[in-house]
Amino acid sequence: MSEARPPRVRVTGPPRRRHTPTARTGDIDEQTALGSVYLDSLLREQLALALRVLAVLILTVGSLPLLFHLAPGLAGVRPLGVPLAWLLLGGLVHPWLLLLGWRYVRRAERNERDFVLLLQMDDDLDAEMDGDR
Amino acid sequence: MQGVPGLVALVAVSLATLAIGTYGLRLSRTTSDFYVASRSVRPGLNASAIGGEYLSAASFLGVAALVLTSGAQMLWYPVGWTAGYLVLLVLVAAPLRRSGAYTLPDFAEARLDSRRVRALCSVLVVAIGWLYLLPQFQGAGLTLAAAVGAPAWVGAVVVGLVVVVGVGSGGMRSVTLVQAFQYWLKLTALLLPAVVLLVVWRGDGAPGVGAVGDGWSMPLGPGDRGLYTTYSLVLATFLGTMGLPHVVVRFYTNPDGRAARRTTLVVLALLGAFYLLPPVYAFLGRAYGAAPDDTLVLELPQLVVDGPLGDVLTGLVTAGAFAAFLSTSSGLAVAVTGVLAQDVLTGRFAGALSGVGAFRVGASVAVGVPLAAAVLAPDLSVARAVGLAFAVAASTFCPLLLLGIWWRGLTGHGAVAGLLVGGVGSAAGVVWAVADGTDGGWADTLLAQPAAWSVPLAFATMLGVSRLTRRRVPVHTRRFMVRLHTPEVVPVDRG
Repeated sequence: MSEARPPRVRVTGPPRRRHTPTARTGDIDEQTALGSVYLDSLLREQLALALRVLAVLILTVGSLPLLFHLAPGLAGVRPLGVPLAWLLLGGLVHPWLLLLGWRYVRRAERNERDFVLLLQMDDDLDAEMDGDR
Repeated sequence: MQGVPGLVALVAVSLATLAIGTYGLRLSRTTSDFYVASRSVRPGLNASAIGGEYLSAASFLGVAALVLTSGAQMLWYPVGWTAGYLVLLVLVAAPLRRSGAYTLPDFAEARLDSRRVRALCSVLVVAIGWLYLLPQFQGAGLTLAAAVGAPAWVGAVVVGLVVVVGVGSGGMRSVTLVQAFQYWLKLTALLLPAVVLLVVWRGDGAPGVGAVGDGWSMPLGPGDRGLYTTYSLVLATFLGTMGLPHVVVRFYTNPDGRAARRTTLVVLALLGAFYLLPPVYAFLGRAYGAAPDDTLVLELPQLVVDGPLGDVLTGLVTAGAFAAFLSTSSGLAVAVTGVLAQDVLTGRFAGALSGVGAFRVGASVAVGVPLAAAVLAPDLSVARAVGLAFAVAASTFCPLLLLGIWWRGLTGHGAVAGLLVGGVGSAAGVVWAVADGTDGGWADTLLAQPAAWSVPLAFATMLGVSRLTRRRVPVHTRRFMVRLHTPEVVPVDRG
């Protein structure tokens, strides 16, 4: 997983809402090249995030059968008096799945917030260009 | 005293279910209430309802018995059933909710603009739903036979009747309340006896700790076939959860995509808490020399504790088991009913039945068919049928959902081909399991756990045929993708 990025900060002036809400998303609705770029960026970001979480799941939980198949001696290992397989599959795996899910939800919601901000910046840019005209 | 605690528990659970269902009916008036609780269920309540619905007879009774019989390799069932929700969360939850469809066939039709895909999905929903309902009714029969000594068909018929009355009268809204109640009932019914039994076990000098041998602690079967079987099971459960009709229908009751994600996260917590308990029963069963039957959880309290305390604990686990059949059957019945009422009954007899009337007739059919099968053919293996329902779901709806949500190139033809290949491939396993359970060689292993080959095959077919028919990509695909992936706060045109 990538390290946490600092939160995105807008360095524009106070918000200028001269456009109607539908105009803001016109690029997506009208399926222009720009709208396509926006949607592709969100889709790519969310899919990459999902695949990263799944990769972690496969590497940790999914590798266990292979690990025990290649090293059957692990079945006899007993940390804290509990056989390793029981400790992992009967207990620790559940908080681990919850942690993965929690991190995913936080990041997915941040991606969506960024996407909304991106649309708003585009709106502000449009407004500025309108002002220059 | 034999039978009294079980009978009291059974009557109490049935009455509570019907009472909460009736209370829900007073809140449930429109057709939208019936199908999806008008999409206004909060994440906490909705997650409890999903947990209540999902923890079936296989979870409450089956896992402990399987683990006692075969050891740690059976822990993959509860692990896979939980991890399936993580996969569902990261790949499907929010887009599925944002698609705005009622059922899986609705999603397929909206995404691919094809009546043929819709019809095929409807058939698959009913097939998977019935495959999953059958063992619930059989388990109910087993439980009642163990608790009260009644003939096996009595339990199945009692559960069937309560489900039809509950679902047919209140629909999804009342089912939501009933199932949220039943999650907490099931957790309590397994947790309290487990704590008491563990205290007694310590008092008895903690027997059985040394008896946990290496074979019982091995998380997969011997040899290459053991490795294959375990990975095939992992694949079926991890990917099958998202394709189960009663799981999917729940996501439409969330207010928006963000709530769908948060609901799923709470579900992960609730399932994790529950699945810590069945291995405890398996361990205690081994320590006290219990018989490795599906009724282990029901019989363990009497085996460990004598007298009234044992009776109370038996009543509690019986209540939990009964709640497990009721809630899972209700959820499946709602999902199957939704499809029957929308695609069969309103299509043919549009004039004769109102929306709510069609729902009630659909509920009777949805429950009646698997109930008859359970009564007439009581010898099918309970755990196998549930496992195969996961394999079929993973081989059909999983590719459809994943490619439909994340890939613009999917076509109606590709979807039909993939659903057929995955469905027929995994159904071969179902037929094999029903017809013959002998364990011969690799061919038997491959058929008994089909997911490891049928899932990739279905994906490949769907991808390949879609590429060959790429001119037929629906014209509205891009707009639909916008709807699936854009947060609700962005006011785009959602078609």
